[in-house]
Amino acid sequence: MTKRTVELELATPGVDSQGHPTRVPLSAAPQGAALEEPGLAGEHMLINIGPQHPATHGVLRLVVELDGETVVRVIPHLGYLHSGFEKLGEYRHYNQIIPLTDRTDYLSPMANNVGFALAAEKLMGIEITPRCTVLRVIACEMSRIISHMVWLGTTSIDLGAFTPFLWAFQERERIYNLQEMWTGARLTTSVTRVGGMMADIPDGFVEGLRHFTRTFPKTLAEIDRVLTRNAVWIGRTQGVGALTAAEAINHSLSGPMLRASGVPYDVRKDKPYLGYETYDFDVVVGEHGDVYDRYLVRLEECTQANRILEQALDRLPEGPINVADPRLILPPKSRAMNDMEAMIYHFKQVMEGVKAPVGEAYVGIENPKGELGNYLVSDGTAKPVRWRIRPPSFINLSALPKMAEGHLLSDLIAINASVDIVMGEVDR
Amino acid sequence: MNPSVEALRATFGSAIGRALESCGDTIVYVRHDALLAVLAWLRDTPDQRYDYLVDVTAVEYRDRERPLEVVYNLRSLDRRVDLRLKVELDPAGDLTVDSVVPLWRGADWLERETFDMFGITFRGHPDLRRILMWDTYVEGYPLRKDFPLRGRFSRAEQVRQALAANPEAHYSMEELSIAEAYEELPPDMRERLRRGERGKVADSE
Repeated sequence: MTKRTVELELATPGVDSQGHPTRVPLSAAPQGAALEEPGLAGEHMLINIGPQHPATHGVLRLVVELDGETVVRVIPHLGYLHSGFEKLGEYRHYNQIIPLTDRTDYLSPMANNVGFALAAEKLMGIEITPRCTVLRVIACEMSRIISHMVWLGTTSIDLGAFTPFLWAFQERERIYNLQEMWTGARLTTSVTRVGGMMADIPDGFVEGLRHFTRTFPKTLAEIDRVLTRNAVWIGRTQGVGALTAAEAINHSLSGPMLRASGVPYDVRKDKPYLGYETYDFDVVVGEHGDVYDRYLVRLEECTQANRILEQALDRLPEGPINVADPRLILPPKSRAMNDMEAMIYHFKQVMEGVKAPVGEAYVGIENPKGELGNYLVSDGTAKPVRWRIRPPSFINLSALPKMAEGHLLSDLIAINASVDIVMGEVDR
Repeated sequence: MNPSVEALRATFGSAIGRALESCGDTIVYVRHDALLAVLAWLRDTPDQRYDYLVDVTAVEYRDRERPLEVVYNLRSLDRRVDLRLKVELDPAGDLTVDSVVPLWRGADWLERETFDMFGITFRGHPDLRRILMWDTYVEGYPLRKDFPLRGRFSRAEQVRQALAANPEAHYSMEELSIAEAYEELPPDMRERLRRGERGKVADSE
């Protein structure tokens, strides 16, 4: 048996035996022999972005076909956060569905609560109290501000600006403190009930919100100064992902996405709910329908939401927050424990739930992301036959391939950010 | 009642079924073979102008006798009027309606979701795949009433299937062909993909 010896090359690459670095002359290529260019032209590349990627704002997965750096095709894959809320809703009483609505668009939970409560009230034919109406307007507009602040912060990070992110999240934190004061929760608020609210606002809330509305415009002005005329921001956003008005309507876009394309449609103005027709505010409309206009629209909507908040605080009437119907609203605990009749109502509501008449109702409200529709179909029992959420960011996202194709890969990030998706709602 | 109902009856006659009002919303039932013509007429007729498709969804009632309904919520942005159209389908029969994607691109994902959740086929849809559930999902259509709340399979079975899924199941055939990865796959995998058996694993043991 012969012994086989293997010589090992132990030298460090790029270093000769004395330890001196070996220098490669610049003209190392053999003279005369033409370098063969790799034939990359026309070869397309497949890139997978997500589902775990910070620029996809959640668990969105994009499979992108690239020609060089140009996006040829985008194939979105959804469903990583699918929770079957609509199916769950069919097994729950109307009031039990409200916690589910928190978890759909979790960046504006209070507005979702309001949207569902309005649909259930339309189905049952309930007229809510004046104080409840104004409180719900406050809830909706607070949600609009925090949702737009998150959008602004995350989008500016996607496009390389870090400072506005900190400012925006600071403001969001202040609203969250107010939400916590009111509902006891920062994220999963569940603030409405069918026929009223879970709780009235606590002492100090009005002062806190007034202080916010006074100081918030300063932050908006700072963000405006840092971004609106910033050359890098303009270069990354103007002319990117533009949709015309006709395309935006054809793609069923809603909310800031639709208005940035120049369609002045706002559910608050055009199909008013909660008395929005009595508030003085402007519908913000863009012109070019690109990422920059969407930014301008959302920024200005924050100012308008702030205006509505001020007016709502001024007119906040005294009075009950719940309708005076013991079949709908749980009696106070002290009465339920001491009064036979109140206890019966309590028992019936908890065990049987509130029955809705046979019929169906669709209520669309202007959520920060777009038109949030709640479509309820009832067969006369305490649980809906069908609870359909019209998810604004799901429908807005469906235009992403149309907007992104033909742009650069880096623009895809800007366009995806401009849609303002929240995957809890897209996947439901 | 929305005056469009009378105009529809005058134009389409027997293709328009009953119309009713619920909570202030007008609902019109349309025969399924006339759906596309009715929607195109509603969108393009000057005094109707229902140019905005709000939503496409479906409803199945707990009462097994009632047909499955496909629901179209339309809106005229100019006139600020909503109209809800419904098409009834026999759950025991063929669950097929015409796709409205040729009229509204926005219907693309909405119809895919309705297909995914109810198993309704939209004839003429350019890319009718599941959207919220994964492509290789075999348990059925989650929002149908015969689908149990917790799914058909046990948690253990679901985990087993997820672990047994093949990596190529995460890409569609279309995507694999873009990546030119298709040619490099082992022949048996290619054969299974060609037969449409994504997600299944070859008997290796």
